Amino acid sequence: MLGNLWLIPILCLAGAVACLALGLLRARKPIISVVGVGSVGLATVAAFAALAEYLGQSSEVIRNSYFTWIAAGEFLVDASLQLDRLSAVMIAFVTFVGFLIHVYSIGYMHSETDRGYARYFAYLNLFMFSMLVLVLGSNLPVLFVGWEGVGLCSYLLIGYYYEQEYCATAGKKAFIVNRIGDFGFLLAIFAAFAAFGTTEFLDLRDAIAADPGGVRTAATLIGLLLFVGAIGKSAQLPLYVWLPDAMAGPTPVSALIHAATMVTAGVYMVARTNFFYQASPTAMLTVAVIGGLTAVFAATIGLVQNDIKKVLAYSTVSQLGYMFLGAGVGAFIAAIFHVVTHAFFKACLFLGSGSVIHACGGEQDMRKMGGLKRHMPVTYWTFVAATLAIAGIPVFAGFVSKDEILAKVFAAGAADLNHFGRIYSLLWVLALAGAFMTAFYMFRAVYMTFHGDFRGGHEVEHHLHESPPSMTLPLIVLGALSVVGGILIGFPGQLFHQPDLNRIEAFLHPVMAPIAAVGGVPGHGAGPHAVSLSTEWTLVIGSVLVAVAGWMVARRFYVGAEPFAPARRLAERFPFVHTLLLDKYRVDELYDAVVVRPIHGLARFLWKVVDVVIIDTLFVNGSAFVVELTGDFLRFLQTGNVRNYALSVALGILILAVVLW
Amino acid sequence: MNAILIPHTWVLALSAALFTIGTLGVLLRRNGIAIFLSLELMLNSANLAFVAFAMTFAAQPGAAVSALEGQLFVFFVIAVAAAEAAVGLALYIALHRVKGAIDVDRVNILRW
Repeated sequence: MLGNLWLIPILCLAGAVACLALGLLRARKPIISVVGVGSVGLATVAAFAALAEYLGQSSEVIRNSYFTWIAAGEFLVDASLQLDRLSAVMIAFVTFVGFLIHVYSIGYMHSETDRGYARYFAYLNLFMFSMLVLVLGSNLPVLFVGWEGVGLCSYLLIGYYYEQEYCATAGKKAFIVNRIGDFGFLLAIFAAFAAFGTTEFLDLRDAIAADPGGVRTAATLIGLLLFVGAIGKSAQLPLYVWLPDAMAGPTPVSALIHAATMVTAGVYMVARTNFFYQASPTAMLTVAVIGGLTAVFAATIGLVQNDIKKVLAYSTVSQLGYMFLGAGVGAFIAAIFHVVTHAFFKACLFLGSGSVIHACGGEQDMRKMGGLKRHMPVTYWTFVAATLAIAGIPVFAGFVSKDEILAKVFAAGAADLNHFGRIYSLLWVLALAGAFMTAFYMFRAVYMTFHGDFRGGHEVEHHLHESPPSMTLPLIVLGALSVVGGILIGFPGQLFHQPDLNRIEAFLHPVMAPIAAVGGVPGHGAGPHAVSLSTEWTLVIGSVLVAVAGWMVARRFYVGAEPFAPARRLAERFPFVHTLLLDKYRVDELYDAVVVRPIHGLARFLWKVVDVVIIDTLFVNGSAFVVELTGDFLRFLQTGNVRNYALSVALGILILAVVLW
Repeated sequence: MNAILIPHTWVLALSAALFTIGTLGVLLRRNGIAIFLSLELMLNSANLAFVAFAMTFAAQPGAAVSALEGQLFVFFVIAVAAAEAAVGLALYIALHRVKGAIDVDRVNILRW
């Protein structure tokens, strides 16, 4: 299996091609389901086989080069794949969660036309292919291929219902905003080649480890440029605007984008290129600050949203902020850990919301839901399990990973990491506030959707039903992983003097190991904790209290004696804040005024003035006019009289003779 | 073969005179045949110049060219002139059928 790494992505690509062909042949849904889901199923089996085989081997990194892709002078790029502990973890969870989403899609998309169904699964498989190329690529250009591939697939899938204009627009928005980030990524590739003469991760790592202090400027530049790419792909401030709009796609697509693929790419890429960040305190701080601010910013918007998918979208943006915050203090393993657990509970939440939307006949407004607990118990319990996980209630998956990030951020502040201790401490406070808001808005969603009485009218209530097994089975698996996934793969053993129980930490440590100590940079990578055990316990208890507090506030606001009343009173008391949050800080409007409109204006100017007036009128028609005008006069020379012509010839020769004399 | 040599400047002067007469004839006459005759005069004045130069340069000591080369051109010119006369006269016949005359001033419909 390890020698045939290419099989894992190629299986998904073959599935995509086969689905497209089946769509053209007008095959029926069962066949398409078998091909579309089966290809990813096989890829999952292959990925786990590779992981198992890899775990049994002692070799650290497996790199397979297939052919020389680009050869231009000294610039040599191989089409090569690389399996190390990091990519092994990534392909395992990407294929696994992706596979569950594919299974769920069979039930969710059953009312589509056969051709639409084939198109859907083809895109879905292509998405998996791109993500796997991204994860397995052994150099920046190959990673970039996957990077662009997921961007393209997100465009195709968000705009799946392209007949509706807002879906097509959302697809374009996702693509264009991503392209802004990709520009930074591309510059980073150029800069990496210019500075180190290679784009292979292993070579780059060695080059930086050899002289971390000497390449600090280059590492800072490349790290920041790469992070621009990550900001776009992983929806951080200020390029997060595409993600909430991406809800226009089918719900399983949202789950795929938010959980298994796409948005995790940015975090993965930062973890993969961690050596750049380790060598550059500035780049690290930037990552942490952007992540921390995004975590809180998105959480505040999530507090007041009424569309169930919008709540989840902003929660994704917020959770990604936590991951970058973790990466920004050097806790790359904690960030990857949070990526994995987040994939479990966020996929569960999205698929659960899809189940709810399915039952309510396409309704996404939580104000028109309520009391669904009675009608769809499986969806309810899995949704609650995932909510407990994301809110950070102990033992659930999200608690373990998020708490590790918070602890690392606190440690960074306490140890005065890179002399930016104060900023890190401030970020820790922000992150804690974000954790409170996360618990609040997620339980708000649960209470509004599943508790109380149904508010959507009798007609809809009559049709409420639990979803088919193809949808509930993935929910149950993901719900179970939301409960035990965290302690299973990353038990916080250091709290109990059993550090080796934290399997993911031990497993990933060799890949993320700190490069040779950079002067005055303590607590990097997976190094020992800078804070004492008692402090750590205090932090755990503190963050649990914060999460429970958020839960209780939501409970008080949305269930009980007078549901919704306290929330309404609060909104009436601070109408400005409430409207501002409801309007998402009017960031879209700001971008519209600052970026979109000027560009439209410029385009209009180029069209109406430069093209129509200058090029068309002045240059094209103008030159024709001059020729015509000249001809109007000069044509009188053509008298039709042969003797005139003869005279002209004679005079011409005479003049020539005189001139040439 | 020591014939009396006419100085070549004389011959050239005659050639120039013929050429001028021919040119004026082409420019001033309206009858097509007359224009043609003038044209032939111009061609033959050129022939005369060719022959005069050929004789002069071939007579110089160590000349790179022989008298034959200039005389050869004369034959080409005569051949071309004959062909030209054939085509031109055919045109005049066609013209005469349409217009009833070969006055070139009456053939001026190909104009602005």
